[in-house]
Amino acid sequence: MSALTLSPNIVGPDEFYAELLAAHDGLSKAESDALNARLILVLANQIGDRETLSQAIATARDAVPKS
Amino acid sequence: MWTDRYTIAFHAYPYERAVDQDRSAPARHPVVIVGGGPVGMATALDLGLKGVPALVLDDHDGIGMGSRAICISKRTLEIADRMGCGDELADKGVVWNLGKVFHQDRKVFEFNLLAERGHKFPAFVNLQQPYFEKVLVDRIRAAQAEGAPIEIRGRNRVQDLTVRADGVDLDIQTPDGPYRIEADWVVGCDGANSPVRTALGLDFEGRVFEDSFLIADVRMKAGFPTERWFWFDPPFKSGASALLHKQPDDVWRIDFQIGWNVDRKEELREEKVRARVSEMLGPDVEYELVWSSIYTFQCRRMRQFRHGRVLFAGDSAHQVSPFGARGANSGIQDADNLAWKLDLVLRNLAPEGLLDSYSHERVQGADENVLNSTRATDFITPKSEMSRIFRDAVLNLSEHHAFARPLVNSGRLSVPCVYDGSPLNGPDALPGGPDRSRVGSPCPDATLENGYLLGLLGDGFTLLTIGTDAPDEIIVDGIPVRRLHLPAEEAVIERYLGDAHSAVYLIRPDQHVAARWPDFDASAVRAALRRTIGKA
Repeated sequence: MSALTLSPNIVGPDEFYAELLAAHDGLSKAESDALNARLILVLANQIGDRETLSQAIATARDAVPKS
Repeated sequence: MWTDRYTIAFHAYPYERAVDQDRSAPARHPVVIVGGGPVGMATALDLGLKGVPALVLDDHDGIGMGSRAICISKRTLEIADRMGCGDELADKGVVWNLGKVFHQDRKVFEFNLLAERGHKFPAFVNLQQPYFEKVLVDRIRAAQAEGAPIEIRGRNRVQDLTVRADGVDLDIQTPDGPYRIEADWVVGCDGANSPVRTALGLDFEGRVFEDSFLIADVRMKAGFPTERWFWFDPPFKSGASALLHKQPDDVWRIDFQIGWNVDRKEELREEKVRARVSEMLGPDVEYELVWSSIYTFQCRRMRQFRHGRVLFAGDSAHQVSPFGARGANSGIQDADNLAWKLDLVLRNLAPEGLLDSYSHERVQGADENVLNSTRATDFITPKSEMSRIFRDAVLNLSEHHAFARPLVNSGRLSVPCVYDGSPLNGPDALPGGPDRSRVGSPCPDATLENGYLLGLLGDGFTLLTIGTDAPDEIIVDGIPVRRLHLPAEEAVIERYLGDAHSAVYLIRPDQHVAARWPDFDASAVRAALRRTIGKA
């Protein structure tokens, strides 16, 4: 059973973040939404493992601002 | 008299006065089937061939027009073949294997249903529903001539039912006035709006999909190949999605998704239908409009398909969206599951409780169909902004990358239900046995020297043996179990033996696997058979 990695795992976080934002440069909201959706699907396929994907979805859903 | 709800394509069972109408006391029938559509006729045929008297009551005098359920699945062909009319359906139908999916003006991918070798029937044939029903009625007429106790009464409308512990009273209206009969068992095959279900005040809950689809059957000499073509957001603006299918007689079936708030009468005007079709086919294509209709759908089922002496089969029990050809095909599987159980119960060879397993197993099948067709519908007709964004993302990626193609859902095509976890299942005790023929599965077909395996199975209980011995016939509680020995040929090894050295399969009359072992053991077979007929 694989577990979702929730400790820092991205090499060069600042560069990655800048690249992610740059990919959206000049896009309309609709184009950006479409890009995000495509990116999620590409990354999900890379993970592949259903259990890990379920944990990722739950983690994203739960991480709302603390009130 | 009442008016017909639909136009009749074949007046296959005109009204005739029945002797029951002149009796002083109501006649008693073992099985009365309400509704003469494909599910009702298949149930009657299966029962009649087993020698069980089956009376079909239909409020029309024949088969309705319209292509409706056009995709006949392999399993339906196999079931029809067991009843002696599989070849007629397959010969008349159009075989197709290739499906293409388009997004706007681009093909995003294609799939090929080409089945593995050694099966009598292809994955699908397309055939207009009236032809399907006609084949069943013709087969019933032939069976009647050979003495099968089946009777079809056209223009006999069930007005009321009274369900008692040991039977049902039916009040029937005819052109000659009313009469009453009694039935040991009633099978409601009377469609999505089932008057039987309504008369009994039974539930039928599920999800309504707010969309309408326009069907146009057009006759033309067109150059389209014999393939299933599906468009998401087609470049012709005739619908939000569109489906094109070839049918026999140079007729093409086109389904357009036209939205929820439509004026049905206006949309069905011939000029309006032709405008949509012409926009799709181009201005220069000549065609004849054969039939058109608008449908909406729900995905829902009854909680139980058995209510005492009344059983429900087909659309009366469950409805799905049309994507995946899971409507009529699942109804035929209902008939397949029900007929042998009714037969055994009526002959006092099995307890009444066996019929609860009909509900259990076919509810499982219905849930599978509802789940699959609901997912397809959610993909085809996205109902929120975000579901549309993801849907389009999947389609855009599919055009470039194989990984996204399995996510494209234009309908997951009907496959028969495996009755995993059924109370009728015996031991799955064949170590190394293939998963595809596990207990609960429909038997996979295979070519043998003297014919196809499914044809040799017939419609009784069978003991399949491979590489091991067993008696040619055993009788358990009055029920014969005939042995069929299979040679250990390639397809048999792959589909039934797997890594095992020998195998013994107990097969039910509907050709589903009831139990399997490496070797014959009389007491194990006896116990499994008793379990399969609801005695344990």
